[in-house]
Amino acid sequence: MNRIEKRFKRLRKKGEAALIPFVTAGDPKKEITERLVVEMAENGADIIELGLPFSDPLADGPTIQAASFRALKGGMNPGIYFEIVQEIRKKTDCPLVLMGYYNPILKFGLEDFAKRAKEAGIDGTIIPDLPLEEASDWMKVARSYEISNIFLVAPNTPSERIKRIVKASTGFIYYVSVLGITGARAELPPELSKGLERVHSFTKKPVAVGFGISRPEQVRGLRDVADGIIIGSAIVKMFSEVYEEKGEDEAIKEVASFVGKLKEATRR
Amino acid sequence: MLKENFLTNPDKRGHFGIFGGRFVPETLMPALLELESAYKEFKRDREFKREFEKILKDYVGRPTALYEAKRLGEALGGRCRIFLKREDLTHTGAHKINNTIGQILLAKRMGKKRIIAETGAGQHGVATATAAALMGLECIVYMGRKDTVRQAMNVFRMELTGAKVVPVDSGTKTLKDAINEAIRDWVTNVETTHYIIGSVVGPHPYPMMVRDFQSVIGKEARAQLRKKGISRPDVVVACVGGGSNAMGIFYPFSKDKDVRLIGVEAAGKGIDTDYHSATLTCGEPGVLHGTMSYLLQDRWGQIKGAHSVAPGLDYPGVGPEHSMYKDSGRAEYYTINDEEALKGFRLLSETEGIIPALESAHAIAFLEKLVPELEDGSTILVNLSGRGDKDVATVRDIFKGDKE
Repeated sequence: MNRIEKRFKRLRKKGEAALIPFVTAGDPKKEITERLVVEMAENGADIIELGLPFSDPLADGPTIQAASFRALKGGMNPGIYFEIVQEIRKKTDCPLVLMGYYNPILKFGLEDFAKRAKEAGIDGTIIPDLPLEEASDWMKVARSYEISNIFLVAPNTPSERIKRIVKASTGFIYYVSVLGITGARAELPPELSKGLERVHSFTKKPVAVGFGISRPEQVRGLRDVADGIIIGSAIVKMFSEVYEEKGEDEAIKEVASFVGKLKEATRR
Repeated sequence: MLKENFLTNPDKRGHFGIFGGRFVPETLMPALLELESAYKEFKRDREFKREFEKILKDYVGRPTALYEAKRLGEALGGRCRIFLKREDLTHTGAHKINNTIGQILLAKRMGKKRIIAETGAGQHGVATATAAALMGLECIVYMGRKDTVRQAMNVFRMELTGAKVVPVDSGTKTLKDAINEAIRDWVTNVETTHYIIGSVVGPHPYPMMVRDFQSVIGKEARAQLRKKGISRPDVVVACVGGGSNAMGIFYPFSKDKDVRLIGVEAAGKGIDTDYHSATLTCGEPGVLHGTMSYLLQDRWGQIKGAHSVAPGLDYPGVGPEHSMYKDSGRAEYYTINDEEALKGFRLLSETEGIIPALESAHAIAFLEKLVPELEDGSTILVNLSGRGDKDVATVRDIFKGDKE
């Protein structure tokens, strides 16, 4: 069992949903990410999704796009990414999931990428442009390095497909709350609970929900129907705004405190 | 040497050899599967095909002429016969309309109310806006901010035909970013919207479908040559950006092993600089915009910006089938730089009174390199994919600058 699976097991016992914040590695510079991630872990993050930036993030809204461009401008690349993860691993045991588009992984070499990721301390991957049909090469490699391969299910995914996806997905299943791209939304769709129930009906594996979630009250509304709640754009946006205005220390402090509030909301 | 693998169609999951496929967010998978099955149905449906052909004839102006460019041939030494397939004579002025008519009919059949498209030079945007106006469908075109400035006249043409043009400010503010934005729109509005991709790129079934709609070019040319007593050309030449005009004219000759197929990429300011679009010549395989193909990318797999004086060639990817043709040797790919393309532009204008699009000027310019290599009396078929009206302002500025 890897760190992700252990974490979900422990949270189930405690009656809590997992809080899964997302940040883009190296946004806006590589020195910040280690501190930010460790602070989030210490303030209640159960799993952390760490973005590997790509030049063409087509599943992402403006907030995460901007973060990716800032990170790339700051010189981020997979080599530096793994160094950051290695440093984080010296300070926390929090499960780390890499979120990244397929081309940089492919260019690195699937085998080399998995090896370096595992050595650095990555526990799972989410590759938004790698659907089941194209994933067999990566799945094979990831499995041999005990890296969870987390697939996405969307509201319009037919049942027959969900069955195949949940079977292939390891660690957890990422349920996309809305038809669309990442980014905070004022309202979540009313049929979201039903969608999550549909996925649960096909699997006992943990199901986490993401896209558009930004506030503790939304988290409270979801904690009973999801095993994990992913918050990305809201955190990325808060961090970059405070960073611009008040600098690094204050930005990390505010994000850590926000993560604490969100975590509070996951307790049933 | 020809290897085995040049198939008529991709495999079930849309792979042309190691290329192609469907690398998209899960939300789009149902839409791609729906599109694929609608397309398969269309291919079998005679009435649908008749409607498509009728619009191509009455509205687009097909078949387009096949014209022997004798004065051009003489200017190049008089040893070869050069035939131009006149896609520049279609309604809207480029081959792009063949594909947009096919896809809009498909969209209508699928009950989609809203059409989106990306555009670089604006030719595909204009062709999509035109087709949407013809069918009375809502149309939104994504266009890089830089391109909206360079191609302001095409923005106005799209707006005149009722489309909304959305400038894209992310990334390099050009075609690749416009595609990202169109895909984001599609993910969000997938239930009501059809995305008309303008080239033989993107996830399956687009590369196959766009090729099929464009293959009318090669089919007509083949029949027209035969009428002139030429059973097959010796060489077929076309410019390649994403590669739809090239695939459209190559495909009907792909099984004739004695016909050389030549794609001409844009070398921009030179393939040893960072300013070119020679994806097949200089790129490496990778995944962008839903498909595996040759790409211009850096050592970390980040996509590089492309450059060409011809905005329609300015794309860091290329069709998966071209990628396969390159690897199997079925087609050859060479490059022409900005300066050479401008010479080609002028050459065709002066010898034949035909002003080509800057994209097509790359194919024309390549003839100067090709002809000396060929045997006397060889026949060359060139796809003149578009007309140069859209480029005259750009070219005038460049020529003026040269004089000063």
